[in-house]
Amino acid sequence: MNAQATPLTWTAIGTLDDIPRQGARCVRNGRMTIAVFRTADDRLFALEDRCPHRNGPLSQGIVHDGCVTCPLHNWVISLETGAAQGADSGATATFPVRLEGTTVLLGL
Amino acid sequence: MRDIRKKLVIIGNGMAPGRMLEHLFELTTAYEVTIFNAEPRVNYDRIMLSPVLSGEKSYADIIIHGDGFYAEHGITLHKGERVVSIDRARRAVISDKGTVAAYDKLVIATGSAPVIIPVPGHDLPGVVAYRDLDDTAAMIAAAETGGRAVVIGGGLLGLEAAAGLRARGMEVTVLHLMPSLMERQLDPAAGYLLQRELEGRGIAVRCAANTRAILGADRVEGVELADGTVIGADLVVMAVGIRPNTQIARDAGLAVNRGIVTDAQMRSDDPDIFALGECAEVGGMVYGLVAPLYDMARIAAHALAGAEVEGFRHQETPTKLKVTGVSLYSVGEFGEGEGREDIVLRDARRGSYKRVILKDSRVIGAVLYGDVADGGWYNEMLKSGRDVSDIRDTLIFGERHQGGGSFDPVAAAAALPDDAEICGCNGICKGTIVRAITEKGLSSLAEVRATTKASASCGTCANSVENVIRAVLGDAYAQQAEGICACTDHGHDTIRRAIRAKGLKSIPAVMQALEWRTPEGCAKCRPALNYYLMADWPGEYEDDMQSRFINERVHANIQKDGTYSVVPRIWGGVTSVAELRAIADVAEKYDVPEVKFTGGQRIDLLGVKKEDLLGVWKDLNDAGMVSGAAYAKGLRTVKTCVGTDWCRFGTQDSTGLGVKLEKFLWGSWTPAKLKLAVTGCPRNCAEATCKDIGVICVDSGYQVVYGGAAGLHIQGTTELGLVKTEEEVIEVIAALTQYYRETGFYLERVYKWAKRLGYDQVKAVVFDDLAARRALHDRFVYSQRFAQIDPWAERVEGKYSHEFAPMAALKLEAAE
Ligand code: SRM
Ligand SMILES: Cc1cc2nc3c(=O)[nH]c(=O)nc-3n(C[C@H](O)[C@H](O)[C@H](O)COP(=O)(O)OP(=O)(O)OC[C@H]3O[C@@H](n4cnc5c(N)ncnc54)[C@H](O)[C@@H]3O)c2cc1C
Ligand code: SF4
Ligand code: FES
Repeated sequence: MNAQATPLTWTAIGTLDDIPRQGARCVRNGRMTIAVFRTADDRLFALEDRCPHRNGPLSQGIVHDGCVTCPLHNWVISLETGAAQGADSGATATFPVRLEGTTVLLGL
Repeated sequence: MRDIRKKLVIIGNGMAPGRMLEHLFELTTAYEVTIFNAEPRVNYDRIMLSPVLSGEKSYADIIIHGDGFYAEHGITLHKGERVVSIDRARRAVISDKGTVAAYDKLVIATGSAPVIIPVPGHDLPGVVAYRDLDDTAAMIAAAETGGRAVVIGGGLLGLEAAAGLRARGMEVTVLHLMPSLMERQLDPAAGYLLQRELEGRGIAVRCAANTRAILGADRVEGVELADGTVIGADLVVMAVGIRPNTQIARDAGLAVNRGIVTDAQMRSDDPDIFALGECAEVGGMVYGLVAPLYDMARIAAHALAGAEVEGFRHQETPTKLKVTGVSLYSVGEFGEGEGREDIVLRDARRGSYKRVILKDSRVIGAVLYGDVADGGWYNEMLKSGRDVSDIRDTLIFGERHQGGGSFDPVAAAAALPDDAEICGCNGICKGTIVRAITEKGLSSLAEVRATTKASASCGTCANSVENVIRAVLGDAYAQQAEGICACTDHGHDTIRRAIRAKGLKSIPAVMQALEWRTPEGCAKCRPALNYYLMADWPGEYEDDMQSRFINERVHANIQKDGTYSVVPRIWGGVTSVAELRAIADVAEKYDVPEVKFTGGQRIDLLGVKKEDLLGVWKDLNDAGMVSGAAYAKGLRTVKTCVGTDWCRFGTQDSTGLGVKLEKFLWGSWTPAKLKLAVTGCPRNCAEATCKDIGVICVDSGYQVVYGGAAGLHIQGTTELGLVKTEEEVIEVIAALTQYYRETGFYLERVYKWAKRLGYDQVKAVVFDDLAARRALHDRFVYSQRFAQIDPWAERVEGKYSHEFAPMAALKLEAAE
């Protein structure tokens, strides 16, 4: 992707409580769906909701130890880098996300 | 024909003679064997009583020789008969039940008895020793009612007892006479670290505590110390030492010191009488750990078979404590002494401590606490007596810091000499394992364990054995992890038992207690744990949605394009005009792309968008339908045929019974999916003979069958039994389902489960034993109180609403 094209804009998408721990919620951004994950220790990550394998919706997977297991064929994707773990290869786009108070901001 | 075999009589059926017989039968068939065992049971692994006490294993897991072994070798085993005297003149033994057995050769293997300190009150009910299964069962029973336990004795046995009782929820105090714990195996520094660790787990420890009396009127109420302190107790465990059982040998006039005196071939001073195990004294020593006893067993077997064998030689045996999560290792000598040098490494923050004791530049002892990986390496140097001057500077850092480079445990295993000992309990060297792998084509830890016995006793060397296997097989060795996933070494069995025994009621509690390697588990273990907790603590455990696979979280099957399929329950496959109309309306209203009949006699709405799920369910609920759970590791379908209602061959109301069964069973979670069918006659139109559970109606009643499969694997069912009434069918099926729920492994279909347990075993419990069957049925009914809640309705009412709507929509698609 072209890194300097547009400066980041931070968009409020909801509050921390909207997302279950060890779970995810989706944000529709035009045609794209972005999955925003919350870990057991309240860290937030955002990935495109599309598995690098066959486009499985990662938001529907089981979240564990900084990763999500895709619901379709069990690839394990790192929340931080979007990269497939283990023997599988491929990566999903990641987006910056941060917390201001309890508001979740997504950087696009 | 007369049996011309010689008569071998064995007194005691413990670990030592059990091992001797295995060697003996490999060497000769010359003996007809008779065994007397004061304990009313077969030969089991006494070492493993501690995991039984803590709930990590069951008695069945620790049996070494089952009844089959005795039958196969024509052994007469007198269970629960104690030999009271040996008549050397007549060459016969006499039991307390009056059985007389003549011998040509006699083996005395009576083991030891626990020492009971004769303080006042030592014979009160509630005071137990720790030696056999009965003691263990008594402790488990005491722990069931909770309360306080005092363990007298801070040695190996006492601490394992304390940890086990604590794991079962008792308040535990350990009293130890000496100033530090396990002073025979640990120096005071390591003893102190151990004490701190145990205290951290909620076990109170008092060293330098002298017991003056055990208090209580009719049973134990407390323990009084010499300084006057009184500690309340409902259970007192005495674990202060053992004394060899030598009385019958002494009475028979054999030479006895501390133990029955033998020569290096384990022969007593009567050439026809051998002694081995803890009751024997060889080279002036008696032993209390299995490694030397197994040596004695091998030697005695050879002597009996008349085969050449080198005599018994003393060797240092390392000590380990079998308390989950406590690592300590000690071997050899560590007291102060002339010419001894210590090398010590402490890391207080990591709670690790290492000390190696040298004399004349040779290792004579080692004490390790916390990080024990190098125990075997030091022991190797101790045994070989190698001069360590050249590596003295780095010796204490361990094997991985020798010679630079990064440490590769597999390479290290490859570099070991053939006579390096891998399994201490069984004295198995690397060469033996390597030969077994290459000659017998072994490829898993389980096979190596079964063939060589390496890691078959206390199990602490399993990692080293695996490294040897890896070194031999390289990439061909895919680790057949015994653990359910990479997060743990524990198998399903251990996990299920620990959940119940330790009263673990949440996923983090299980992970904590069983020392998960990952903080949060993974997509394999979390759903399994969630199921086990649901099944074991109905009404108490709250279902953890984040540990469920998406299908079970949103009660619909995810499709390859991320949409869902929705299958309403069609009870027994019988529907109505109203239901069909409602389904049609839903399909139209939500633009469902495909409507299909499933192979399970119901209708699938395929391609529903996630956002529409709530609406679809609401409409189906309004028409009286609930989720068909077509996604669940739980009850799926009950297929039926038309039966007596219409069919000219029908013998019973198969449709009606199918509907009743589905209404009774729906909602239940099971280890894997559960499918039933009821067919009206043996023509089997409902395909009952390939279902998890089937009912075949016949004139005389109902034949219940189970363990069929027609998916990845094809298999016909096995008969459970014939019953007369529908009520009995329902009771038997509830009992079968509940037994499966309680003992099945996650994702294990009924046919695999029944094969693992044995079809006879299942039948004995859920069909033949009427009391057990009723109790299982009742537990099932109880758990259904919390399970029969329609998940669709719950969600329509707003539960987990976050699942179904996006959190935010930033740009409208049209604006793109
Ligand atoms: C819908 C249906 C096919 C159909 O259109 O008829 C179906 C569809 C699926 N089956 Fe099935 N099975 C369906 C009847 C069967 C049957 C026949 C039966 O139940 O009488 C079998 C063989 C009998 C058996 O279970 O032993 C069957 C054996 C399997 C298996 C192999 C299970 C096994 O242990 O061997 C799987 C794979 C699995 O579970 O891991 C499977 C898995 C699946 C999954 C859930 C695949 C998946 O994981 O996503 C399919 C879901 C599609 C969807 O979204 O709806 N399906 N599946 C049937 C639903 C029946 C119902 O009303 O609930
Ligand atoms: C809880 C516990 C944990 C242990 N942990 C370890 C460990 O981690 N590592 C280790 O190396 N060792 C351990 N040990 C010690 C080990 O179990 C024993 O050293 C070993 O079992 C002794 O074997 P044996 O055959 O000599 O005697 P036993 O196994 O004691 O068998 C003797 C049998 O003889 C029977 N008997 C006695 N007298 C008569 C008679 N007159 N007639 C008929 N039968 C008789 C007894 O009932 C008993 O069943 C542990 C022991 C216990 C109790
Ligand atoms: S057989 Fe079952 S699992 Fe396979 S494609 Fe058909 S529905 Fe899917
Ligand atoms: S689409 Fe994610 S694993 Fe296949």
